[in-house]
Amino acid sequence: MRSLRSRYLRGNLVLGFVILNTIVVLIPLFIIIAYVVVQGFNYISIDFFTKELGSPARGMLGEPTGLVHTIIGTAVVDLIAIIISIPFGVGAGVMLSEYPDHWANPVLRVLNDTLNGMPAVLKGLLAWFLVVKPMGSFSGLSGGVALAFVMFPIIARATESALMNIPWSIREAGLAIGLPRWRVILSTIIPAAKTGLVTGFLIAFARAAGEAAPLVFTSFGNNYMPVKFMGWIFGPVDTLPMRLYSLAISPYEHWHGLGWAAAIVLLSVIIASFVIARFVIRDKK
Amino acid sequence: MTTEKINEQKIRLQTKDLTVWYGQTPGVKDISLDIYDKKVTAFIGPSGCGKTTFLRALNRMHDLTRGARVTGKALIDGQDIYDPKLDPVIIRRKIGMVFQKPTPFPTMSIYDNVVAGLKLVGIRDRKLLDEVCERSLKQAALWEEVKDRLKSPGGSLSGGQQQRLSIARALAVEPEVLLMDEPTSSLDPQSTTRIEELIGELKEQVTIIIVTHNMQQASRVSDYTAFFYIGDLIEFDKTTKIFTNPDQKRTEEYITGQFG
Repeated sequence: MRSLRSRYLRGNLVLGFVILNTIVVLIPLFIIIAYVVVQGFNYISIDFFTKELGSPARGMLGEPTGLVHTIIGTAVVDLIAIIISIPFGVGAGVMLSEYPDHWANPVLRVLNDTLNGMPAVLKGLLAWFLVVKPMGSFSGLSGGVALAFVMFPIIARATESALMNIPWSIREAGLAIGLPRWRVILSTIIPAAKTGLVTGFLIAFARAAGEAAPLVFTSFGNNYMPVKFMGWIFGPVDTLPMRLYSLAISPYEHWHGLGWAAAIVLLSVIIASFVIARFVIRDKK
Repeated sequence: MTTEKINEQKIRLQTKDLTVWYGQTPGVKDISLDIYDKKVTAFIGPSGCGKTTFLRALNRMHDLTRGARVTGKALIDGQDIYDPKLDPVIIRRKIGMVFQKPTPFPTMSIYDNVVAGLKLVGIRDRKLLDEVCERSLKQAALWEEVKDRLKSPGGSLSGGQQQRLSIARALAVEPEVLLMDEPTSSLDPQSTTRIEELIGELKEQVTIIIVTHNMQQASRVSDYTAFFYIGDLIEFDKTTKIFTNPDQKRTEEYITGQFG
């Protein structure tokens, strides 16, 4: 038998190896965050949050420019995506978890996995076909639909696993007092799984908020604020991930800086939603 | 198997050749049994003998079990429980159930747990719900302990209290029959005593069937006892008869602790 000392030594070696690996994985993340912040910090200003971008000439002439239209546009498009994807995603999750014997269950599972694995740009094309073409215009609405296709399968899967975590006995207890099945699900199972559901929404949101590809053919982008209020929904609108790309490939130095600042905002939104998701989970435990 | 009438009691529930299938395998086979009105009937037998399987067949709990299927007849007051035209919800309102582990609804208060069976089907009459809540909790011998904190979550109670809460919730919908699946197996001796006393009081109003692997419990609380063994009903008779002078050798061996 090995001595106790050598067993502790081996235990510590393994622990050290695990910590080292974790650090190696985390380093690129910190480099990205630090680099983005360093590059973009000087461009974050009141103007950045209050002025629209306009033409490149504005920046070159030293006129104030910003990305307020991009930030609002992102909020509008993401909000539309959330409104569409949550009811459908939760509904699909309920089907996956609560009706394992239903004929639609395996069909839905395959479709959901396919949608989840489908390249995001194809989801943009799908939304283009379903919304942009019939309506005749790029729009915030179509962007929201495209992002809803990104969020839907994630929400469905998260809902399924959250509901599965609720003991089966709770369902039987509900049935045993003469409640119909749908009532048991709606009034006892879903409330019990609430934290799991909210976590799923936030993770899906964080995924969708960073997607640029589905928005290329849908919300399209815009250098200006829409003239009318409804233009946010029915006209082309700007979004952070796409604007980030177009600023980065532009030939103007000032725009590069704005792009870094846009990246700071986008990263903050995504990190914030993950952090909130973590807290929601922690609260439960 | 005893088939002749034991006495002139009114029969509430009746099964004829009832078999529960899990796929191709029977969980219990050809059970014919009469359950008498306002009496306590205990199902005893070693683990895996089918007593719980049979109990769950009586309020169609197998409807949700994948691959499970019931053949034969089960009747309540002469009505076929498995009539395809009958909504199982109606059967389950008549035949309530309490499970092995306490099952308070996680997000609901004590009050909402008790009245869930009424409130969630649309009964909003506050006064009626208050009355039902108090009556059910009193019946379940929990009222005195929780009357000042009806708004606190059901999960905040102790295990024994949660089980009595589950009983109160089952009683709130005024079932005619109450199925109890090892209701005290996860409880401490004190809580077990409370629940056994409760069963004695409840049988004045409802017909009770209790599954237990505690033979002393069966002899303490029940009027009739059915002994199951590997999916068969071996013997059914008055509890005093089963425990003092059983007809079947295997019953005697089980009662006297020679296996199990």
